[in-house]
Amino acid sequence: MAQFQLYFQKLQKNIHNGYWPYVATVAHALLGSILVYFSPRSTFAFLVLMTSFFSLYYLKANNRFKLITGIVLALIIIPVLGVRNIFYLEIIFQISVFAALALGLNIIVGFAGLLVLGYVAFYAVGAYLWGFFGSQQYFVMPYAPGTQPADLPFLLSGDMFYPFLLLAIIAAALTGILIGLPVMRLRGDYLAIVTLGFGEVIRVLANNLDKPLNFTNGPQGITPIQRPTLPGFVLDGFNGLFGGIVGHPVDQASLYNVMFYILALIIIITIVFVTKNLEDAKIGRAWAAIREDETAAVAMGIPIVKMKLMAFAIGASFAGAMGALVAASRTFVSPESFSFMQSIGVLSMVILGGLGSIPGVILGAATVTILNLQILQGFSLYLSQLRQSDAVIPIINFAWRDLSAQLDPAKYQRLLFGTILVLMMIFRPDGLIPAERRKRKMISETSEVEK
Amino acid sequence: MKRFFKSINVRELLLPLGQLIMFSLGSAVVLSAIVLVLALMLDKTAIGMAVTERFNASLFTYTLINLPQVLIDGLTIGFVYAAVALGYTMVYGVLEFINFAHSEIFAVGAFVGVEILIALETAGVLSRVSLGMAFGILILAIFAGMFAAGALAVTVERVAYRPLRGAPRLVPLISAIGVSFLLQDLIRLVEGLTTGQFNRIFPTFGNFDERLIFGEVGLGATTITMGISIKSIIVIVGAVLMLVGLNYLVNATKVGKAIRAVAQDRPTASLMGIDVNRIISLTFLVGGLLGGAAGVLYALKFTRIDPFVGFFPGLKAFTAAVMGGIGNLTGALLGGIVLGMLETFAGSYMGVFTMGAAGTEYKDIFAFTILILVLIFRPQGLMGENVSQKA
Repeated sequence: MAQFQLYFQKLQKNIHNGYWPYVATVAHALLGSILVYFSPRSTFAFLVLMTSFFSLYYLKANNRFKLITGIVLALIIIPVLGVRNIFYLEIIFQISVFAALALGLNIIVGFAGLLVLGYVAFYAVGAYLWGFFGSQQYFVMPYAPGTQPADLPFLLSGDMFYPFLLLAIIAAALTGILIGLPVMRLRGDYLAIVTLGFGEVIRVLANNLDKPLNFTNGPQGITPIQRPTLPGFVLDGFNGLFGGIVGHPVDQASLYNVMFYILALIIIITIVFVTKNLEDAKIGRAWAAIREDETAAVAMGIPIVKMKLMAFAIGASFAGAMGALVAASRTFVSPESFSFMQSIGVLSMVILGGLGSIPGVILGAATVTILNLQILQGFSLYLSQLRQSDAVIPIINFAWRDLSAQLDPAKYQRLLFGTILVLMMIFRPDGLIPAERRKRKMISETSEVEK
Repeated sequence: MKRFFKSINVRELLLPLGQLIMFSLGSAVVLSAIVLVLALMLDKTAIGMAVTERFNASLFTYTLINLPQVLIDGLTIGFVYAAVALGYTMVYGVLEFINFAHSEIFAVGAFVGVEILIALETAGVLSRVSLGMAFGILILAIFAGMFAAGALAVTVERVAYRPLRGAPRLVPLISAIGVSFLLQDLIRLVEGLTTGQFNRIFPTFGNFDERLIFGEVGLGATTITMGISIKSIIVIVGAVLMLVGLNYLVNATKVGKAIRAVAQDRPTASLMGIDVNRIISLTFLVGGLLGGAAGVLYALKFTRIDPFVGFFPGLKAFTAAVMGGIGNLTGALLGGIVLGMLETFAGSYMGVFTMGAAGTEYKDIFAFTILILVLIFRPQGLMGENVSQKA
């Protein structure tokens, strides 16, 4: 055991030296790619490939190498492998959607320290904005849900999606300011409840604004929503370049998934860029001051209301962009995607990863999404297999067949989110990867103790 | 015996009763007046015409005839909210922390009570009980719900809140949200494993569904019978008993004095020899007991419960607590009654007054609107003192 520990310590020391990080990263990524290539349905293979991003992040290598490897991984390997197994791409897309949402929420909760429990309201604003203008809904307005004639035209062409992506950002930011304005004076816990209320208000509105004029089509939701066009040569080019690796001809639907994945990636990179720049800029320092001590911040002359509203607007705008993107990608929006549970899901991602920490939040989003979509689903599948078998739990002599069919782990997301929140708050309130600023603080605290 | 009666502080028993009656009457009179004036004003407009067409009665008569039923319904739900709001307000008073999981404690109370009744029903007990026995069984279910909820509240405090005492404000709040979600799915898990279904129905027994009829009023072609169901009476009486009992506990006993002391100043209370941890546990216990009983009463009134049943009543009760001034017991009573009334009035009349454009479906967000308005214009609540707003 001691020998093993020694070996591990040596490994830890050496892995950052010389050419080792490069070899390790490339080997990790290659291993992941090969595993996913040959067994596309295995969760393990998926995890190996996904964790290669973290060896990329952690190991000490020069930045150019990191950038190039990251781009190759994210823009070539994952789309190609994803088209091979579309479920894989779906999970990656979900991860990027939630990572973007979590990064947006992170600005509000992690940087400015404002607990917002209705974050999906902003997401809903973006989604319904493109949902309304990108579908036939404008012409459906006079009809009650389900009674409209079949041959209604679309209001706008699908390519209007791109300007609407910007509009969604603006609309969500305005909603953020509108919601934030009346509640800025409130202290943290009231703010949480009021934003929860606002989140519910948006959902109830989406559910009920099918009369007197049919804006949202009620609980059925709006469908179909248009997607931006995908030029034919992209499809041909993709097939020509990667057709051999994928193994089957790629159709347009799959390539759309790749396109939305890349769009989501662009949004994430924008968020990370904006966040990184804001963090140490005047705004970011003002946010930190407000978060740590509001009274002191006022005394230092920080315009609290303005700064809090900025956090609301910036955090909300990303959710708006993601909403429009998801509406186009799914071609469908309905109120149930914007429940309180989704807000808490995003919050649990931020908390799990670490408030205010960008890599942490991305890790949190990936972990929770994978747990949610792969582990819980896999567990469900396993249970249903057990149910069909004749297996019996040995000691208590309980036949799996008698297990209630209602027990479907995939539906126990609340349990997952709740457990994450409670455990993280009790055992590791700074998250899996604590933010730099907090880490600095922790170091100074421990060194004082040592003195 | 004589000494026992002497030791009872009659004033503390009568005062909350008086307050309850005053709050109920006051909100009833004010809201009725507003609705009736609105009805008179709108009578001659298109809205009045629409009502005349549908019910063959003017808007004013329609409003007036429906009023007693609305008042009774509002009062019933208002008392339930008040009982739940007390749980929020007590914990807030002592710990300055919103116990987000209180709504699930309420739900657990409801489930335990209903499950016991369902078990008795399947055993065939319920179908052949006498009327007195039926009341006995109902009280038993209420007590079971109370104790389960109280025990759960204390456990939650011990496990999820106590380790976080002294942490920044948001930390226990996030933990509480987590507990709330966890409990929702735990209820679902337990129900799914044991009974295979999540929606439970309060069994019908005794004469709880009957209505005491006061009389009938003709409204155009239809006649409306006016009355109050036995359920509503039980809910109101039960809630009033609890509210008075709690008020007595807090204001007229030694334990209550300790609770108030801890709420006022924890370190000083501890210096005076009060076991602060015990008092905090006790506060959670009392809040849980009230919440559990309110849960069973809620199930009695609305019959159907599911694992998420606590969410909206919990939020509304919180709204009620804030409206009355959080940390203030009398305020929670006032807030609960006013909110229940407001909500029922809005649910019953908004649809008619807006010609069906916005009706009962907006009932749930009505509470939020009130919450936001209260927080903007009077953050200390209707009865709260102006406490300094700490960041």
